[in-house]
Amino acid sequence: MNISFSNLLDQFPGALAQGLIWGILAIGVYLTYKVLDIADLTVDGSFCTGGAVFVVLLTRGTNLWIALACAFLAGALAGLCTGAFHVFFGISALLAGILTQIGLWAVNLMIMGKPNLSLNVGRYPLLVSLRYLQEVIKGERPFYSSPLFIVSLFILALIALLYWFFGTEFGTGIRATGSNIKMAKAQGIHTDFAKIFGLMLSNGLVALSGALLTQYQGFADINMGRGAIIIGLAAVIIGEALLAWLFRNFALRLASSVIGALIYFLVIQTVLWLRLDPNYLKLLTAVVVAVFLAIPHWKSRVLQLPVRRNGGKDHA
Amino acid sequence: MLDIIQVNKTFNRNTVNENKALTSLSLSLNDGDFVTVIGGNGSGKSTMLNAVAGVLSVDSGQIFIDENEVTSLAEHRRAPYIGRVFQDPMMGTAASMSIEENLALARRRGQRRGLRWGLPKRDRDFYREKLKELELGLEDRLTVKTGLLSGGQRQALTLLMATLKKPRLLLLDEHTAALDPKTARTVLDLTEKMVARHAITTLMVTHNMKDAITLGNRLVMFHAGRIVIDVKGESKKELTVEKLLSMFEKISAFEDFDDKLLLS
Repeated sequence: MNISFSNLLDQFPGALAQGLIWGILAIGVYLTYKVLDIADLTVDGSFCTGGAVFVVLLTRGTNLWIALACAFLAGALAGLCTGAFHVFFGISALLAGILTQIGLWAVNLMIMGKPNLSLNVGRYPLLVSLRYLQEVIKGERPFYSSPLFIVSLFILALIALLYWFFGTEFGTGIRATGSNIKMAKAQGIHTDFAKIFGLMLSNGLVALSGALLTQYQGFADINMGRGAIIIGLAAVIIGEALLAWLFRNFALRLASSVIGALIYFLVIQTVLWLRLDPNYLKLLTAVVVAVFLAIPHWKSRVLQLPVRRNGGKDHA
Repeated sequence: MLDIIQVNKTFNRNTVNENKALTSLSLSLNDGDFVTVIGGNGSGKSTMLNAVAGVLSVDSGQIFIDENEVTSLAEHRRAPYIGRVFQDPMMGTAASMSIEENLALARRRGQRRGLRWGLPKRDRDFYREKLKELELGLEDRLTVKTGLLSGGQRQALTLLMATLKKPRLLLLDEHTAALDPKTARTVLDLTEKMVARHAITTLMVTHNMKDAITLGNRLVMFHAGRIVIDVKGESKKELTVEKLLSMFEKISAFEDFDDKLLLS
């Protein structure tokens, strides 16, 4: 194998397709982490739940769109669990997410029946697939069957829908709950319901992302969601760090999370091309997330330092 | 219109930190009353406000707003009746949302929030007009995030939000305590203006005796979870800080003296 630049370029369409699919997860993570101000670890479980439900339904003859809808609903149900743990049991949101995630491990195994289920691209009409991507590049298929095109459309529709929803009276109430819960309650917003609804919507999107990934890679695996939250956070944080100064509108903020996911996968692809052991990727991701999280914190500390340019005695 | 009947609230019951915050507290407000509430730290005045707003649940007793019992109603379900301004200027507005969005949230206080667009363009002129009344120049800054406003501006905006949809009861919890004296004055003038204009029944907790005496038509002083002084009508108009202190001295001669130090 040679480390050539063209070799890297060949990998880029695949990285972009993965980035777009994970971008939907990133939008879900944005909704909890940024809008609701909750770090929701349910994601690691619900991502796989979406894939598992989708594969099982599709291989048993369910219509593809219905299977996708069911994957979304299954994810939403996982979000409902976390929300109920948090709101009704009074468990901290972080721990509630971990509990659901652990429980989902068993649920996902139950749904799939075994740790790995394959999805043969030849036997089922899939929406997105790695093979379609390659065939479009070779010119054997029209461009509109490329996963890049289809998932992009998907994302545009999703962002439009979410932009509308979070602009409605109800959606504005959810944003207010995340921004200032005391104020939200004083304005008569049912903050418990707002949180649960937000968690359901977020995990529904995460499961949808999982369902798309199983199609793309041709299998569902019990481990596919491991570390998903960190990738989602990385996407959200990278997107924000690079684009927050430019993107102020809510729809663009959502888009910046997708762009963050794209950048993440391009970087990962490049790092792999440099022959880094794939096993170290998670370490790399964790470090990247930690550093990007630290930047605003360090920035604010630097800004708060007393200015000493002219010495203190002039002002004493 | 507000009736607090025999309300008790004890924090940390059956522990060494047991603290009787409210002991058989009763208070009734008439429509249009502007009641100022004073008292030392831990006298129960903020606990009463939180009990009325639904932030705290009471151990026993009843609270009515108009004919509706709200004693065990959740905080967000009391919002239709109650407008609130908090001590912390950060608390009254959503910092990451624009002035306009905050006003739109307040406009639907206590109402159902459906899938209609939350920021109708036609409301903009109404918001501008209302913001103009604050005389802070906020009417030209509708899309500015409230996190960028000063403490005084945020308190003024919170006050506007609390009265945008006329509440049955306005709760002010030391809402000028965190502001510098000049800004506090502005916000207090604004409070007086708004309460008078809309004839809103108001409970204002304050640490400032002078404000408590000059504002409103009734003054109550809390001590050890009860109301120990209640001045209204003509005698309220003739009240001075000296008179109030001597009244309190007579009462507290039989009790502990902690609060007198805090008040003087």
